[in-house]
Amino acid sequence: MGRVLAAAIGLASIAAAAVAWAQPPAGAAACTGCHPASTRAQSPVVRLAGLDRAAIVRAMREFRAGTRTGTVMDRIAKGFTDEEIQAIAAWYAAQR
Amino acid sequence: MIRGGAPMTLSRRQFLKLGAVAAASPALAPVPSVAQGAAPRVVVVGGGFAGASCARALRQSHPRFAVTLVEPNPTFTACPFSNVVIAGLRELSAQQFTYDRIAADGIVLARTTATAVDAQARTVALADGARLPYDRLVLAPGIDIRWGALPGYDEPAASEMPHAWRAGEQTLLLRRQLEAMDDGGLVVIAAPANPFRCPPGPYERASLIAHYLKTKKPRSKLIVLDAKDAFSKQRLFQQAWAELYPGLLEWVPLSKGGNVTSVEPATRTLVTDFGRHQPKVANVIPPQKAGRIADVAGVADRSGWCPIDPVTFESKLQPRIHVIGDAAIAGAMPKSAFAANSQAKTCAAAVARLLTGATPSTPKLINTCYSLVAPDYGISVAGVYQPTPAGQLADVPGAGGVSPSEAPRAVRAAEAVLADAWFRTITTEVFG
Ligand SMILES: Cc1cc2nc3c(=O)[nH]c(=O)nc-3n(C[C@H](O)[C@H](O)[C@H](O)COP(=O)(O)OP(=O)(O)OC[C@H]3O[C@@H](n4cnc5c(N)ncnc54)[C@H](O)[C@@H]3O)c2cc1C
Repeated sequence: MGRVLAAAIGLASIAAAAVAWAQPPAGAAACTGCHPASTRAQSPVVRLAGLDRAAIVRAMREFRAGTRTGTVMDRIAKGFTDEEIQAIAAWYAAQR
Repeated sequence: MIRGGAPMTLSRRQFLKLGAVAAASPALAPVPSVAQGAAPRVVVVGGGFAGASCARALRQSHPRFAVTLVEPNPTFTACPFSNVVIAGLRELSAQQFTYDRIAADGIVLARTTATAVDAQARTVALADGARLPYDRLVLAPGIDIRWGALPGYDEPAASEMPHAWRAGEQTLLLRRQLEAMDDGGLVVIAAPANPFRCPPGPYERASLIAHYLKTKKPRSKLIVLDAKDAFSKQRLFQQAWAELYPGLLEWVPLSKGGNVTSVEPATRTLVTDFGRHQPKVANVIPPQKAGRIADVAGVADRSGWCPIDPVTFESKLQPRIHVIGDAAIAGAMPKSAFAANSQAKTCAAAVARLLTGATPSTPKLINTCYSLVAPDYGISVAGVYQPTPAGQLADVPGAGGVSPSEAPRAVRAAEAVLADAWFRTITTEVFG
C-alpha cells in the first residue's frame, strides 16, 4: 500500500509538472477576451501570441504607470505585479 | 443528490471508500483522483459563454480528457449586443452561433437538457433518459427568471411585457412592440434590484431605445423605473443621456418611487408605491436566480445563486461540482459574458489540475464590459480580481474602474469600435 501510494505520488508530481508547463500563468488566460487568440477574429486589438516578450513587459509597465494611453489597458495593467507581467509576457512570447 | 436535506458532505472515510482521494481535502493532494490510464471524464452543463468556454479550454489543454457538453439548443443566441437588435440596428442572426466547431474539437455534444444530478453516484441525468458519469461536473446554466417574485409577472406575462433578458424570441418581441408604437408613445423599462445578469445592461438598453425613439419617433418618451438608487457606470450614462437624449429619457430611482411592486399584464400596467404607469411598451427586467439545474443539484443557496471557492470555482455545497458564469456568486465580478469566459478558463485549469493530481494555482481574473450609449458612443468598466484569504473574489485594489468622465467624442467612438471588436473576438474564441 505504502509503495503503491509513493509510486502514485511520484507519477502525480510528473503530471503536475506537465500541467504547470501547459497552463497559463495567473491572469494570462483572461487576455484573449479582447486580444484575439485566433487569427480568424477581425479586431484592431493586437494579438499577443508570438509578440516580443520585452515589448509586452514595456507596454504593461507603461500602461500601469500611466505613461502610455489606453482605453482599458491603463485600468487593467494596474492589477498586475512586475512578476506577473513577466510571466504573462513570457507565456505569450512563447506561443505562435 | 436530491435536494431537501442538509448539504451532503461525506466523511473522509466514505470518501476514501469511494476512491475520491484527491481534492476531498488539500492535505490528501496530490494524488490523481482518476484510475490510472482511464481518461478523466468532465461533464459541462450549459453551452453559453461560460460552459462552452470551459469545455473548449479543457479539451484544448488536455486532449486526453473526455469532455461532454450538455446543451439543448442547436444554436446559441448571445445577449451582448442584443440591445442593438432591439433598437433595430442589427439582426438577431448576428447573435447566433452553432456548436459545430466545438464538436470538431472532439467535445461530445449531448443535445438535451440536464434534469438531475446525483452528487454521490457522480452522474447527471438527461431529459432523453441517459445518465452521464463524471469525475468532475461543471454547471454553467446561466440565469432563470424568478417567475412571480414580482407580483403579476408570470410566464404568460412575458408575452405582453417582454423581459428580453434571455436573447431570442423575447428580443424580437420587444423590437416589434417598439416598431408598432406610434410616435408620441410612452415606453417604460423596469430595472431590478441587485444582483442580476449584466449590471449595466438595463441602462445600455435604455440608451439604445432612446436612440431609436430620437431618430424614428421623436415625440415619444422613455421612463426607467429602477428598484435601485445607484447603478453601473451611472455618471457616464447620465452625462451621455443629458447630452444625447435630453427630455426624452427619464430615470426614476428607488428613492423617487422607481420600485415596481406589481404588474398587470392585461393592461400593461406597472404599479409603484407612488403611482401607476400604463405605457405602450413595457420592458420588465425581473428578478433572477441561477438556472434551475443549480437548485436541483443542491449547489444554490437561499439567495438562489451558487457559492463557490474562488480558486477552483468548486461549489461550497457539493464536492466535485463546479459552478461558473452568471449562476455563480463570484464576489466583486459582475455577471457578464467576459467574466463568464474568464471564470471558465480559470475553472478549466483548476479542474485539469485536480484531475491530474496537481494543486490548483491562485488565479487572477479580468472583466471588461462595454456599453453603447449610442451606436458610435461607447463606455466601459474594467476590473481585475483575485481570491482573498477569506475565500472571496475581490477587486485588486487600485486597478479597474470606468472610462474617464471627461473625454473627447473620439474616445467614445473608439470604445464603440472596441466593443464591436470584443464581441467578434470572444464569440470566435467560444464558438468559432
Ligand atoms: C441585454 C443584455 C446585454 C448584455 N451585454 C453584455 C455585454 O455587453 N458584455 C458582457 O460581457 N455581457 C453582457 N451580458 C451578460 C451575458 O449575456 C451573460 O453574463 C452571459 O451570457 C453569462 O454566460 P453563462 O454561460 O453563465 O450563461 P448563458 O450564456 O445564458 O448560457 C447558459 C446556457 O446554459 C444552457 N442551460 C441552462 N440550463 C441547462 C440544463 N439544465 N441543461 C443543459 N443546458 C442548460 C442554456 O440553454 C444556455 O445556452 C448581457 C446580457 C443581457 C441580457
